Amino acid sequence: MNGYNFAYLDEQTKRMVRRALLKAVAVPGHQVPFGSREMPLPYGWGTGGIQVTASILGPDDVLKVIDQGADDTTNAVSIRRFFARTAGVATTTRTVEASVIQSRHRIPETALREGQIVVYQVPLPEPLARLEPSRAAAREMHAMADYGLMHVKLYEDIARLGHVSISFDYPVMVNGRYLMAPSPIPAFDNPKLDMSPALHLFGAGREKRIYAVPPYTEVRSLAFDDHPFRLIRAPHACALCGARTSYLDEIVTDDQGGRMFVCSDTDYCAEQRGKRTAA
Amino acid sequence: MSPDPLLSAPLLSARGLSVRLGRVAALDGVDVDLWPGEVLAVVGESGSGKTTLLNTLFGTQCPDRGVVRYRDPDGRVHDVHRMSRPMLRTLHRSDWGFVYQEPRQALRMAVSAGGNVGERLMAPGINSAGARHYGRIREAAIAWLREVEIDPTRIDDLPRTFSGGMLQRLQIARTLVTHPRLVFMDEPTGGLDVSVQARLLDLIRTLVARLRIAVVLVTHDIAVARLLADRMLVMQAGRVVETGLTDQVLDDPQEPYTQLLVSSVLLA
Repeated sequence: MNGYNFAYLDEQTKRMVRRALLKAVAVPGHQVPFGSREMPLPYGWGTGGIQVTASILGPDDVLKVIDQGADDTTNAVSIRRFFARTAGVATTTRTVEASVIQSRHRIPETALREGQIVVYQVPLPEPLARLEPSRAAAREMHAMADYGLMHVKLYEDIARLGHVSISFDYPVMVNGRYLMAPSPIPAFDNPKLDMSPALHLFGAGREKRIYAVPPYTEVRSLAFDDHPFRLIRAPHACALCGARTSYLDEIVTDDQGGRMFVCSDTDYCAEQRGKRTAA
Repeated sequence: MSPDPLLSAPLLSARGLSVRLGRVAALDGVDVDLWPGEVLAVVGESGSGKTTLLNTLFGTQCPDRGVVRYRDPDGRVHDVHRMSRPMLRTLHRSDWGFVYQEPRQALRMAVSAGGNVGERLMAPGINSAGARHYGRIREAAIAWLREVEIDPTRIDDLPRTFSGGMLQRLQIARTLVTHPRLVFMDEPTGGLDVSVQARLLDLIRTLVARLRIAVVLVTHDIAVARLLADRMLVMQAGRVVETGLTDQVLDDPQEPYTQLLVSSVLLA
Protein backbone atom coordinates (compact mmCIF):
# COMPACT_ATOMS: atom_id res chain seq x y z
CA MET A 1 0.00 0.00 0.00
CA ASN A 2 1.44 3.36 -0.97
CA GLY A 3 2.45 5.87 1.65
CA TYR A 4 2.73 3.37 4.48
CA ASN A 5 5.59 1.37 5.86
CA PHE A 6 5.33 -2.42 5.85
CA ALA A 7 2.65 -3.38 8.41
CA TYR A 8 1.73 0.27 9.02
CA LEU A 9 4.11 1.10 11.92
CA ASP A 10 7.42 2.85 11.15
CA GLU A 11 10.62 0.88 11.70
CA GLN A 12 11.77 2.88 14.74
CA THR A 13 8.51 2.15 16.54
CA LYS A 14 8.77 -1.52 15.66
CA ARG A 15 12.28 -1.63 17.10
CA MET A 16 11.04 -0.06 20.31
CA VAL A 17 8.19 -2.56 20.55
CA ARG A 18 10.52 -5.47 19.78
CA ARG A 19 12.89 -4.37 22.53
CA ALA A 20 9.99 -4.41 24.97
CA LEU A 21 8.99 -7.83 23.61
CA LEU A 22 12.48 -9.25 24.12
CA LYS A 23 12.52 -8.02 27.68
CA ALA A 24 9.03 -9.41 28.26
CA VAL A 25 10.10 -12.82 26.97
CA ALA A 26 13.21 -12.72 29.15
CA VAL A 27 11.15 -11.98 32.28
CA PRO A 28 8.01 -14.11 31.82
CA GLY A 29 4.84 -12.51 33.15
CA HIS A 30 6.50 -9.17 33.94
CA GLN A 31 4.79 -6.07 32.51
CA VAL A 32 7.20 -4.06 30.39
CA PRO A 33 6.26 -0.44 29.63
CA PHE A 34 6.39 0.66 25.99
CA GLY A 35 5.61 3.80 24.05
CA SER A 36 2.21 2.89 22.70
CA ARG A 37 1.34 4.76 19.47
CA GLU A 38 -1.88 6.19 18.15
CA MET A 39 -3.39 3.55 15.91
CA PRO A 40 -6.15 3.98 13.34
CA LEU A 41 -8.70 2.39 15.70
CA PRO A 42 -9.96 3.31 19.15
CA TYR A 43 -8.51 2.11 22.43
CA GLY A 44 -10.27 -1.04 23.51
CA TRP A 45 -10.47 -2.38 19.98
CA GLY A 46 -7.05 -3.98 20.06
CA THR A 47 -4.46 -1.22 19.69
CA GLY A 48 -1.96 -3.10 21.88
CA GLY A 49 -2.37 -6.35 19.98
CA ILE A 50 -2.12 -4.62 16.60
CA GLN A 51 1.15 -2.91 17.54
CA VAL A 52 2.66 -6.21 18.70
CA THR A 53 1.48 -7.98 15.54
CA ALA A 54 2.80 -5.17 13.33
CA SER A 55 6.20 -5.40 15.02
CA ILE A 56 6.65 -9.15 14.63
CA LEU A 57 5.04 -9.67 11.24
CA GLY A 58 7.29 -10.67 8.33
CA PRO A 59 6.34 -11.02 4.64
CA ASP A 60 6.19 -14.83 4.92
CA ASP A 61 3.88 -14.94 7.90
CA VAL A 62 0.35 -16.27 7.73
CA LEU A 63 -2.01 -14.29 9.93
CA LYS A 64 -5.17 -15.40 11.67
CA VAL A 65 -7.28 -12.98 13.69
CA ILE A 66 -10.01 -14.05 16.09
CA ASP A 67 -12.46 -12.11 18.19
CA GLN A 68 -14.58 -13.99 20.75
CA GLY A 69 -13.23 -17.16 19.17
CA ALA A 70 -14.72 -16.30 15.78
CA ASP A 71 -12.92 -15.41 12.56
CA ASP A 72 -15.91 -13.65 11.03
CA THR A 73 -16.76 -10.97 13.60
CA THR A 74 -16.32 -7.29 12.75
CA ASN A 75 -13.12 -6.69 14.65
CA ALA A 76 -11.48 -9.89 13.41
CA VAL A 77 -12.38 -9.11 9.80
CA SER A 78 -11.13 -5.49 10.02
CA ILE A 79 -7.83 -6.30 11.64
CA ARG A 80 -7.17 -9.16 9.22
CA ARG A 81 -7.93 -6.89 6.27
CA PHE A 82 -5.81 -4.11 7.81
CA PHE A 83 -2.71 -6.32 7.77
CA ALA A 84 -3.57 -7.86 4.39
CA ARG A 85 -3.53 -4.31 2.97
CA THR A 86 -0.65 -2.73 4.89
CA ALA A 87 1.69 -5.76 4.97
CA GLY A 88 0.39 -7.85 2.12
CA VAL A 89 0.70 -10.99 4.24
CA ALA A 90 -1.31 -14.11 3.66
CA THR A 91 -4.27 -14.56 5.95
CA THR A 92 -6.13 -17.61 7.05
CA THR A 93 -8.92 -18.69 9.36
CA ARG A 94 -7.31 -22.07 10.03
CA THR A 95 -5.36 -22.38 13.27
CA VAL A 96 -2.99 -25.03 11.92
CA GLU A 97 -1.94 -22.88 8.95
CA ALA A 98 -1.31 -19.66 10.89
CA SER A 99 2.12 -18.55 12.10
CA VAL A 100 0.78 -15.49 13.94
CA ILE A 101 -2.63 -15.51 15.63
CA GLN A 102 -3.98 -12.25 17.01
CA SER A 103 -6.69 -12.99 19.51
CA ARG A 104 -9.22 -11.44 21.80
CA HIS A 105 -10.98 -13.55 24.44
CA ARG A 106 -9.85 -16.99 23.32
CA ILE A 107 -6.99 -19.41 22.77
CA PRO A 108 -7.84 -21.69 19.81
CA GLU A 109 -9.15 -25.16 20.66
CA THR A 110 -6.75 -26.76 18.20
CA ALA A 111 -3.49 -27.49 19.99
CA LEU A 112 -0.81 -24.92 19.23
CA ARG A 113 2.60 -26.01 18.03
CA GLU A 114 6.18 -24.75 18.22
CA GLY A 115 6.87 -21.71 16.08
CA GLN A 116 3.38 -20.27 16.39
CA ILE A 117 2.87 -16.91 18.10
CA VAL A 118 -0.37 -15.86 19.77
CA VAL A 119 -0.84 -12.10 20.24
CA TYR A 120 -3.44 -11.00 22.79
CA GLN A 121 -5.28 -7.69 22.98
CA VAL A 122 -5.26 -6.77 26.64
CA PRO A 123 -7.58 -4.17 28.20
CA LEU A 124 -6.25 -4.36 31.80
CA PRO A 125 -2.72 -5.73 32.15
CA GLU A 126 -2.54 -5.23 35.92
CA PRO A 127 -4.04 -8.24 37.73
CA LEU A 128 -4.04 -6.31 41.02
CA ALA A 129 -5.82 -3.27 39.56
CA ARG A 130 -9.19 -4.00 41.10
CA LEU A 131 -7.67 -4.79 44.50
CA GLU A 132 -4.94 -2.18 44.83
CA PRO A 133 -5.89 1.21 43.42
CA SER A 134 -2.34 2.60 43.57
CA ARG A 135 -0.24 1.67 40.57
CA ALA A 136 2.95 2.30 42.56
CA ALA A 137 1.83 0.01 45.38
CA ALA A 138 0.91 -2.70 42.86
CA ARG A 139 4.36 -2.48 41.28
CA GLU A 140 5.95 -2.85 44.69
CA MET A 141 3.87 -5.95 45.29
CA HIS A 142 5.12 -7.37 41.98
CA ALA A 143 8.71 -6.51 42.86
CA MET A 144 8.42 -8.41 46.12
CA ALA A 145 6.24 -11.21 44.70
CA ASP A 146 3.77 -10.24 47.39
CA TYR A 147 0.47 -11.64 46.13
CA GLY A 148 -1.34 -12.35 49.39
CA LEU A 149 -3.96 -9.79 48.41
CA MET A 150 -5.01 -11.85 45.40
CA HIS A 151 -5.57 -14.81 47.70
CA VAL A 152 -7.68 -12.58 49.94
CA LYS A 153 -9.90 -11.95 46.90
CA LEU A 154 -10.17 -15.71 46.24
CA TYR A 155 -10.90 -16.26 49.95
CA GLU A 156 -13.72 -13.69 49.79
CA ASP A 157 -15.24 -15.40 46.75
CA ILE A 158 -15.24 -18.81 48.41
CA ALA A 159 -16.57 -17.40 51.69
CA ARG A 160 -19.45 -15.64 49.94
CA LEU A 161 -20.28 -17.91 47.02
CA GLY A 162 -18.67 -21.24 47.84
CA HIS A 163 -16.40 -21.07 44.81
CA VAL A 164 -14.08 -18.67 43.01
CA SER A 165 -16.33 -16.48 40.90
CA ILE A 166 -13.75 -15.31 38.36
CA SER A 167 -14.82 -16.73 34.99
CA PHE A 168 -12.45 -14.79 32.74
CA ASP A 169 -9.09 -13.06 33.15
CA TYR A 170 -8.43 -15.59 35.92
CA PRO A 171 -5.08 -14.64 37.54
CA VAL A 172 -2.13 -16.94 36.95
CA MET A 173 1.39 -17.30 38.35
CA VAL A 174 3.93 -17.38 35.53
CA ASN A 175 7.14 -19.33 36.03
CA GLY A 176 6.48 -19.31 39.78
CA ARG A 177 7.32 -15.62 39.99
CA TYR A 178 4.94 -13.05 38.49
CA LEU A 179 1.21 -12.76 38.88
CA MET A 180 -0.28 -12.17 35.44
CA ALA A 181 -3.66 -11.25 33.98
CA PRO A 182 -4.10 -13.61 31.04
CA SER A 183 -6.32 -10.98 29.29
CA PRO A 184 -10.05 -11.68 29.10
CA ILE A 185 -9.73 -15.30 28.01
CA PRO A 186 -12.14 -17.61 29.85
CA ALA A 187 -10.67 -19.47 32.82
CA PHE A 188 -11.38 -22.51 30.62
CA ASP A 189 -8.41 -21.52 28.43
CA ASN A 190 -5.92 -21.00 31.29
CA PRO A 191 -4.55 -24.57 31.20
CA LYS A 192 -3.70 -24.11 27.50
CA LEU A 193 -1.07 -21.53 28.51
CA ASP A 194 0.73 -23.96 30.80
CA MET A 195 3.78 -25.49 29.09
CA SER A 196 2.43 -24.35 25.74
CA PRO A 197 4.87 -24.94 22.84
CA ALA A 198 3.79 -21.59 21.30
CA LEU A 199 4.93 -18.09 22.22
CA HIS A 200 2.27 -15.90 23.82
CA LEU A 201 2.60 -12.10 23.61
CA PHE A 202 0.27 -9.68 25.38
CA GLY A 203 -0.12 -6.05 24.33
CA ALA A 204 -2.09 -3.40 26.20
CA GLY A 205 -2.28 -0.24 24.06
CA ARG A 206 -4.04 2.16 26.38
CA GLU A 207 -2.14 0.98 29.46
CA LYS A 208 1.13 0.88 27.48
CA ARG A 209 2.32 -2.49 28.73
CA ILE A 210 3.67 -5.60 27.05
CA TYR A 211 4.18 -8.97 28.67
CA ALA A 212 4.80 -12.50 27.51
CA VAL A 213 4.69 -16.20 28.24
CA PRO A 214 7.57 -17.92 26.40
CA PRO A 215 7.18 -21.48 25.09
CA TYR A 216 7.22 -24.25 27.69
CA THR A 217 6.70 -21.98 30.68
CA GLU A 218 4.81 -23.05 33.77
CA VAL A 219 1.52 -21.13 34.09
CA ARG A 220 -0.48 -21.99 37.18
CA SER A 221 -3.95 -20.66 37.98
CA LEU A 222 -4.18 -19.38 41.55
CA ALA A 223 -6.14 -21.57 43.94
CA PHE A 224 -6.27 -22.95 47.45
CA ASP A 225 -5.06 -26.46 48.25
CA ASP A 226 -8.57 -27.46 49.31
CA HIS A 227 -10.31 -25.45 46.57
CA PRO A 228 -8.36 -26.36 43.44
CA PHE A 229 -8.78 -24.53 40.14
CA ARG A 230 -11.67 -26.00 38.14
CA LEU A 231 -12.63 -25.59 34.52
CA ILE A 232 -16.04 -24.08 33.92
CA ARG A 233 -17.84 -25.14 30.76
CA ALA A 234 -21.50 -25.14 29.77
CA PRO A 235 -22.66 -28.78 30.21
CA HIS A 236 -23.82 -29.25 26.62
CA ALA A 237 -22.61 -30.52 23.29
CA CYS A 238 -22.10 -28.08 20.42
CA ALA A 239 -25.39 -27.87 18.46
CA LEU A 240 -23.49 -27.69 15.18
CA CYS A 241 -20.57 -30.11 15.48
CA GLY A 242 -21.44 -32.10 18.60
CA ALA A 243 -18.14 -31.38 20.36
CA ARG A 244 -18.31 -32.08 24.08
CA THR A 245 -14.93 -30.69 25.12
CA SER A 246 -14.84 -27.28 23.45
CA TYR A 247 -15.79 -23.94 25.01
CA LEU A 248 -19.39 -23.03 24.15
CA ASP A 249 -21.24 -19.80 23.45
CA GLU A 250 -24.90 -19.56 24.35
CA ILE A 251 -26.95 -18.09 21.51
CA VAL A 252 -30.51 -16.90 22.01
CA THR A 253 -32.50 -17.91 18.94
CA ASP A 254 -35.96 -16.42 19.57
CA ASP A 255 -37.99 -14.65 22.21
CA GLN A 256 -39.68 -17.87 23.37
CA GLY A 257 -36.71 -18.96 25.49
CA GLY A 258 -35.11 -20.82 22.60
CA ARG A 259 -31.34 -21.02 22.71
CA MET A 260 -28.50 -23.11 21.45
CA PHE A 261 -24.94 -23.80 22.51
CA VAL A 262 -22.27 -23.70 19.83
CA CYS A 263 -18.46 -23.77 19.81
CA SER A 264 -17.04 -20.31 20.32
CA ASP A 265 -14.04 -21.29 18.17
CA THR A 266 -15.55 -21.18 14.65
CA ASP A 267 -12.51 -22.74 12.96
CA TYR A 268 -12.54 -25.71 15.34
CA CYS A 269 -16.29 -26.15 14.86
CA ALA A 270 -15.98 -26.17 11.07
CA GLU A 271 -13.17 -28.69 11.31
CA GLN A 272 -15.25 -31.01 13.52
CA ARG A 273 -18.17 -30.77 11.12
CA GLY A 274 -15.83 -31.56 8.22
CA LYS A 275 -14.62 -34.67 10.03
CA ARG A 276 -18.21 -35.78 10.64
CA THR A 277 -19.24 -35.46 6.99
CA ALA A 278 -16.07 -37.25 5.89
CA ALA A 279 -16.76 -40.15 8.26
CA MET B 1 20.33 -24.44 84.73
CA SER B 2 21.69 -21.83 82.41
CA PRO B 3 19.26 -19.10 81.42
CA ASP B 4 17.70 -19.22 77.96
CA PRO B 5 19.93 -16.96 75.83
CA LEU B 6 16.83 -15.75 73.98
CA LEU B 7 15.31 -14.53 77.22
CA SER B 8 18.44 -12.98 78.66
CA ALA B 9 19.14 -10.91 75.53
CA PRO B 10 16.97 -8.00 74.45
CA LEU B 11 14.50 -8.64 71.63
CA LEU B 12 14.89 -5.10 70.39
CA SER B 13 17.68 -2.70 71.17
CA ALA B 14 18.07 0.87 69.97
CA ARG B 15 21.07 3.11 70.56
CA GLY B 16 21.46 6.85 70.03
CA LEU B 17 18.40 7.34 67.83
CA SER B 18 18.20 10.84 66.42
CA VAL B 19 15.65 12.07 63.93
CA ARG B 20 15.30 15.65 62.73
CA LEU B 21 12.06 16.64 61.07
CA GLY B 22 12.94 19.94 59.47
CA ARG B 23 14.32 22.15 62.24
CA VAL B 24 12.73 20.13 65.01
CA ALA B 25 14.69 17.39 66.77
CA ALA B 26 11.92 14.79 66.97
CA LEU B 27 14.30 12.29 68.58
CA ASP B 28 17.54 13.23 70.23
CA GLY B 29 19.83 10.38 71.29
CA VAL B 30 17.21 7.89 72.45
CA ASP B 31 18.19 4.44 73.77
CA VAL B 32 15.61 1.69 74.13
CA ASP B 33 15.87 -1.94 75.20
CA LEU B 34 13.01 -4.36 75.11
CA TRP B 35 13.09 -7.89 76.48
CA PRO B 36 10.89 -10.76 75.27
CA GLY B 37 7.41 -10.70 76.78
CA GLU B 38 7.86 -7.21 78.23
CA VAL B 39 5.39 -4.36 77.83
CA LEU B 40 7.08 -1.01 77.52
CA ALA B 41 4.97 2.14 77.60
CA VAL B 42 6.21 5.32 75.96
CA VAL B 43 4.42 8.30 77.48
CA GLY B 44 4.70 12.01 76.98
CA GLU B 45 2.62 14.88 75.67
CA SER B 46 1.79 15.50 72.02
CA GLY B 47 4.87 16.39 70.00
CA SER B 48 7.32 14.79 72.42
CA GLY B 49 8.47 12.29 69.78
CA LYS B 50 6.52 9.20 70.89
CA THR B 51 5.16 8.33 67.47
CA THR B 52 8.44 9.12 65.74
CA LEU B 53 10.16 6.75 68.15
CA LEU B 54 7.58 4.05 67.42
CA ASN B 55 7.96 4.44 63.66
CA THR B 56 11.74 4.44 63.93
CA LEU B 57 11.76 1.26 65.98
CA PHE B 58 9.29 -0.29 63.53
CA GLY B 59 11.60 0.52 60.63
CA THR B 60 9.29 2.82 58.68
CA GLN B 61 11.10 6.01 59.74
CA CYS B 62 14.80 6.15 59.02
CA PRO B 63 16.90 7.71 61.80
CA ASP B 64 19.57 10.32 61.01
CA ARG B 65 21.83 8.68 63.57
CA GLY B 66 21.61 5.58 65.68
CA VAL B 67 20.77 1.96 65.15
CA VAL B 68 17.89 -0.41 65.90
CA ARG B 69 18.84 -4.05 66.38
CA TYR B 70 16.36 -6.89 66.42
CA ARG B 71 16.95 -10.49 67.45
CA ASP B 72 15.03 -12.99 65.31
CA PRO B 73 13.59 -16.27 66.64
CA ASP B 74 16.80 -18.09 65.61
CA GLY B 75 18.89 -15.72 67.72
CA ARG B 76 20.39 -13.80 64.80
CA VAL B 77 20.66 -10.04 65.21
CA HIS B 78 19.53 -7.72 62.40
CA ASP B 79 19.94 -4.00 61.90
CA VAL B 80 16.33 -3.05 61.19
CA HIS B 81 17.23 -0.12 58.94
CA ARG B 82 19.70 -2.13 56.88
CA MET B 83 17.42 -5.08 56.19
CA SER B 84 16.28 -5.58 52.61
CA ARG B 85 12.77 -4.32 52.02
CA PRO B 86 11.25 -7.75 51.33
CA MET B 87 12.79 -8.99 54.59
CA LEU B 88 11.44 -6.04 56.55
CA ARG B 89 8.04 -6.50 54.92
CA THR B 90 7.98 -10.16 55.89
CA LEU B 91 9.11 -9.27 59.42
CA HIS B 92 6.31 -6.70 59.70
CA ARG B 93 3.77 -9.35 58.90
CA SER B 94 5.12 -12.35 60.77
CA ASP B 95 7.21 -11.83 63.89
CA TRP B 96 6.11 -8.21 64.35
CA GLY B 97 2.80 -6.43 64.30
CA PHE B 98 1.48 -2.89 64.42
CA VAL B 99 -1.82 -1.84 65.98
CA TYR B 100 -2.95 1.60 64.84
CA GLN B 101 -5.11 3.97 66.78
CA GLU B 102 -7.47 4.10 63.83
CA PRO B 103 -8.41 0.51 62.87
CA ARG B 104 -9.63 1.63 59.45
CA GLN B 105 -6.00 2.40 58.61
CA ALA B 106 -5.05 -1.26 58.96
CA LEU B 107 -8.23 -3.09 58.02
CA ARG B 108 -9.53 -3.66 54.52
CA MET B 109 -13.01 -2.29 54.81
CA ALA B 110 -14.26 -4.00 51.64
CA VAL B 111 -13.08 -7.42 52.80
CA SER B 112 -14.97 -9.61 55.31
CA ALA B 113 -13.79 -9.99 58.90
CA GLY B 114 -12.50 -13.49 58.12
CA GLY B 115 -10.54 -12.25 55.10
CA ASN B 116 -9.01 -9.50 57.21
CA VAL B 117 -7.87 -11.92 59.89
CA GLY B 118 -6.61 -14.42 57.31
CA GLU B 119 -4.69 -11.93 55.17
CA ARG B 120 -1.41 -12.25 57.05
CA LEU B 121 -1.63 -16.03 56.72
CA MET B 122 -1.97 -15.74 52.95
CA ALA B 123 0.98 -13.38 52.55
CA PRO B 124 4.19 -14.85 51.16
CA GLY B 125 7.12 -15.65 53.39
CA ILE B 126 4.77 -16.66 56.18
CA ASN B 127 6.05 -20.17 56.37
CA SER B 128 3.20 -21.91 58.11
CA ALA B 129 1.58 -25.09 56.89
CA GLY B 130 -1.73 -24.51 55.17
CA ALA B 131 -0.99 -20.96 54.11
CA ARG B 132 -2.84 -21.75 50.91
CA HIS B 133 -5.48 -23.90 52.53
CA TYR B 134 -8.88 -22.21 52.68
CA GLY B 135 -10.28 -24.46 55.40
CA ARG B 136 -7.36 -23.92 57.74
CA ILE B 137 -7.29 -20.15 57.16
CA ARG B 138 -10.97 -20.07 58.05
CA GLU B 139 -10.41 -22.16 61.17
CA ALA B 140 -7.67 -19.78 62.28
CA ALA B 141 -9.93 -16.79 61.60
CA ILE B 142 -12.78 -18.28 63.66
CA ALA B 143 -10.41 -19.12 66.52
CA TRP B 144 -9.04 -15.59 66.55
CA LEU B 145 -12.44 -13.93 66.38
CA ARG B 146 -13.36 -15.97 69.48
CA GLU B 147 -10.10 -14.94 71.10
CA VAL B 148 -10.94 -11.24 70.73
CA GLU B 149 -14.57 -11.78 71.76
CA ILE B 150 -16.18 -11.23 68.38
CA ASP B 151 -19.09 -13.56 67.60
CA PRO B 152 -17.66 -16.06 65.04
CA THR B 153 -20.96 -16.04 63.12
CA ARG B 154 -19.95 -12.56 61.95
CA ILE B 155 -16.93 -13.94 60.11
CA ASP B 156 -18.38 -13.09 56.69
CA ASP B 157 -19.62 -9.63 57.66
CA LEU B 158 -17.89 -6.52 56.39
CA PRO B 159 -15.99 -4.45 58.96
CA ARG B 160 -18.15 -1.45 58.22
CA THR B 161 -21.00 -3.17 60.05
CA PHE B 162 -18.81 -3.36 63.19
CA SER B 163 -18.68 -0.90 66.08
CA GLY B 164 -15.52 1.05 66.92
CA GLY B 165 -14.52 -1.31 69.73
CA MET B 166 -15.13 -4.36 67.55
CA LEU B 167 -13.03 -2.87 64.76
CA GLN B 168 -10.15 -2.39 67.17
CA ARG B 169 -10.48 -5.98 68.39
CA LEU B 170 -10.62 -7.17 64.79
CA GLN B 171 -7.40 -5.29 64.11
CA ILE B 172 -5.79 -7.02 67.08
CA ALA B 173 -6.94 -10.45 65.85
CA ARG B 174 -5.58 -9.66 62.38
CA THR B 175 -2.22 -8.68 63.88
CA LEU B 176 -1.84 -11.59 66.30
CA VAL B 177 -2.88 -14.34 63.88
CA THR B 178 0.76 -15.03 62.94
CA HIS B 179 1.80 -15.18 66.64
CA PRO B 180 4.18 -12.22 66.56
CA ARG B 181 6.70 -11.87 69.38
CA LEU B 182 6.70 -8.08 69.22
CA VAL B 183 3.74 -5.76 68.67
CA PHE B 184 3.86 -1.99 68.35
CA MET B 185 0.75 -0.16 69.50
CA ASP B 186 0.01 3.48 68.81
CA GLU B 187 -2.70 4.69 71.21
CA PRO B 188 -4.74 1.49 70.78
CA THR B 189 -7.55 2.73 73.01
CA GLY B 190 -7.68 6.30 71.77
CA GLY B 191 -11.02 7.41 70.37
CA LEU B 192 -13.05 4.77 72.20
CA ASP B 193 -15.51 5.48 74.96
CA VAL B 194 -14.48 4.62 78.50
CA SER B 195 -16.34 1.34 79.01
CA VAL B 196 -15.19 -0.01 75.63
CA GLN B 197 -11.67 1.15 76.49
CA ALA B 198 -11.71 -0.81 79.74
CA ARG B 199 -12.84 -3.97 77.98
CA LEU B 200 -10.21 -3.59 75.28
CA LEU B 201 -7.45 -2.96 77.80
CA ASP B 202 -8.49 -6.06 79.66
CA LEU B 203 -8.37 -8.06 76.44
CA ILE B 204 -4.95 -6.73 75.46
CA ARG B 205 -3.58 -7.46 78.93
CA THR B 206 -4.89 -11.02 78.90
CA LEU B 207 -3.62 -11.80 75.40
CA VAL B 208 -0.22 -10.23 75.94
CA ALA B 209 0.34 -12.08 79.19
CA ARG B 210 -0.86 -15.43 77.88
CA LEU B 211 1.00 -15.30 74.55
CA ARG B 212 4.08 -13.64 76.07
CA ILE B 213 4.13 -10.89 73.47
CA ALA B 214 6.51 -7.99 73.88
CA VAL B 215 4.77 -4.67 73.31
CA VAL B 216 5.94 -1.14 72.67
CA LEU B 217 2.91 0.91 73.63
CA VAL B 218 2.66 4.58 72.82
CA THR B 219 0.08 6.44 74.86
CA HIS B 220 -0.57 9.79 76.42
CA ASP B 221 -2.92 8.15 78.89
CA ILE B 222 -1.04 7.40 82.11
CA ALA B 223 -3.84 5.09 83.28
CA VAL B 224 -3.40 2.88 80.21
CA ALA B 225 0.33 2.70 80.88
CA ARG B 226 -0.23 1.78 84.52
CA LEU B 227 -2.62 -0.99 83.58
CA LEU B 228 -0.58 -2.61 80.81
CA ALA B 229 3.07 -1.72 81.09
CA ASP B 230 5.88 -3.38 83.00
CA ARG B 231 8.27 -0.58 82.27
CA MET B 232 7.87 3.02 81.27
CA LEU B 233 9.75 5.59 79.30
CA VAL B 234 8.85 9.25 79.69
CA MET B 235 9.63 11.49 76.74
CA GLN B 236 9.89 15.23 76.46
CA ALA B 237 11.03 17.17 73.39
CA GLY B 238 12.62 14.15 71.74
CA ARG B 239 14.55 12.97 74.80
CA VAL B 240 13.91 10.26 77.34
CA VAL B 241 13.67 12.13 80.64
CA GLU B 242 12.86 9.23 82.90
CA THR B 243 12.68 5.48 82.65
CA GLY B 244 11.97 2.64 85.07
CA LEU B 245 9.39 0.19 86.32
CA THR B 246 5.89 1.55 85.79
CA ASP B 247 4.90 1.64 89.45
CA GLN B 248 8.20 3.18 90.40
CA VAL B 249 7.91 5.98 87.84
CA LEU B 250 4.28 6.70 88.57
CA ASP B 251 4.44 6.46 92.37
CA ASP B 252 7.76 8.18 92.85
CA PRO B 253 8.49 10.37 89.83
CA GLN B 254 11.93 11.96 90.00
CA GLU B 255 11.93 14.44 87.14
CA PRO B 256 9.86 17.61 87.31
CA TYR B 257 8.27 16.86 83.95
CA THR B 258 7.20 13.35 85.06
CA GLN B 259 5.83 14.82 88.29
CA LEU B 260 3.80 17.25 86.22
CA LEU B 261 2.49 14.46 83.97
CA VAL B 262 1.51 12.25 86.90
CA SER B 263 -0.15 15.09 88.80
CA SER B 264 -2.17 16.08 85.72
CA VAL B 265 -4.11 12.80 85.73
CA LEU B 266 -7.75 13.35 86.57
CA LEU B 267 -9.10 11.09 89.25
CA ALA B 268 -12.67 9.93 88.85
